[in-house]
Amino acid sequence: MARKIVLCRCEDVTLADLEHCVSRGYADIEEVKRYTGFGTGPCQGKECLAPMAAQLARLTHVAPEQIRPFTSRPPLAPTPIKILAQAPDAHRFDDDEGRDPPT
Amino acid sequence: MIPGNLDDDEGDESRADASGEIRLPATLESSGPVPPKAEIVIVGGGVIGLAIAYYLARRGLTDVVVLERGYLAEGASGRNGGGIRQQWSTEINIRLMQESVDLCRRFAVDLGVNVWFRQGGYLFLARSQKEVARLQKNIDLQNRCGVHTKMLEPKAAQEIVPELDLRGIVGAAYNPTDGILFPWPFLWGYARQAAAHGVRIFTQTPVSGLVPQQGGGYDVVTPRGAVRARRVINATGAWSPQLAKLIGVDVPTYPIRHEICSSEPLKPFLRPMVSELSSGLYCSQSMRGEIVGGVTLPGHGSTYAMGSTLEFLATYARRLVRLMPILGDIKILRQWAGPYDQSPDGNPILGAAPAHPDFFLACGFVGHGFMMAPIVGKLYAEYLTGDKPHEIFSRYTLGRFSDPALAGQHEKEDFNIG
Repeated sequence: MARKIVLCRCEDVTLADLEHCVSRGYADIEEVKRYTGFGTGPCQGKECLAPMAAQLARLTHVAPEQIRPFTSRPPLAPTPIKILAQAPDAHRFDDDEGRDPPT
Repeated sequence: MIPGNLDDDEGDESRADASGEIRLPATLESSGPVPPKAEIVIVGGGVIGLAIAYYLARRGLTDVVVLERGYLAEGASGRNGGGIRQQWSTEINIRLMQESVDLCRRFAVDLGVNVWFRQGGYLFLARSQKEVARLQKNIDLQNRCGVHTKMLEPKAAQEIVPELDLRGIVGAAYNPTDGILFPWPFLWGYARQAAAHGVRIFTQTPVSGLVPQQGGGYDVVTPRGAVRARRVINATGAWSPQLAKLIGVDVPTYPIRHEICSSEPLKPFLRPMVSELSSGLYCSQSMRGEIVGGVTLPGHGSTYAMGSTLEFLATYARRLVRLMPILGDIKILRQWAGPYDQSPDGNPILGAAPAHPDFFLACGFVGHGFMMAPIVGKLYAEYLTGDKPHEIFSRYTLGRFSDPALAGQHEKEDFNIG
């Protein structure tokens, strides 16, 4: 049954995967993220973090409020590189002058 | 699910319980007391510490405890780009990396975990004749060591990476046997095999004190008790000066934040790691399909702050679309940062600290500790179990920085990127 319960749809992580991960001692949510890959797909955890944390709390007998979300990483949503290339924040190198990136 | 992580259950079905779930001993211990004593305590559960632990166990020295302050892969070992190359500027680093590449090729078989190692080569791009000369000097040395790096005309580089915009590119260095790996499974593989041999690995276990004992060794103090250790190894990367300070040893390394980012996964198209000398831009395509890369942001001081900046993302994006315009349409999914453990001469610090024969250092790897870890872990274990020490242990001592006879004599490794 646990093999058919999908917790992270982007990276195809099931409840059975989480159980396996925890059984190996990878029980910190940051370790679970790395060991299973959950939360590293297009949604970056926006969809899967809560159900994963709930199941992790159940499996590790930890109160849900004690499980903190993994570190959220910018950007807020997947962003095309050509948009980022136009941000005025870029450092300019010596060989970088007078040439704007193609848009 | 990260493919490969369930492979290690093969043959273990007999251990499944009535519900069909597999119950195996945990590799990591995140609760409970530490043991009262150990022959060797390794502080730092990154790739250097775990590689040493694994090779010690393989050589029969299993009375080893690894203490990781946070979660596994919390430090630089979990934050790097996974590049592994033999294109270095000093003979010793070239030769070490030849051996590390050999160990990486065998890693999946030897340790039973898929590390997604892929030898797609490294392509260094020059935008000036000065950079070409620098690459050529390194190539001559690499060729003498048996690494078949070649200087390529821009057109030949474009045959390897058709997406390159050659305007401004004047030459390239290419070695096809360099490559990339997926860092995290190296930690899982070393940890699992070390634990299977009897090494105890504790996560969430910071060291707050080192109390020297009469007759040698230390009490290594943690919130989960103290371990009396005959020998202690400092493998805490950028945090090495802090640990050494507990016994009054000055380690002259300092943390420099390097940022990195990852794109959405794409169909495989980019064979080598591509790097541009003038900006420190680098990018490769992981076996998950993501474009992983970074760029050098000059002028940032020493810090442990690991936040992310728009300056980095904008700089990386600007340089990347200049070099490979077609990549402008791919999306960045996330960015993060990790600390380089910066040493004064770009080389690591190994062996016992002067006047502290039971306190060993394995730090100062300046952003290339991951690729060095397989060979350094193996050599370190041989050294600690009584083999004739490899020359790295006489060359890369802590004492080299304070010995007046060696002032200005250090061979510098200057080919660090990212």
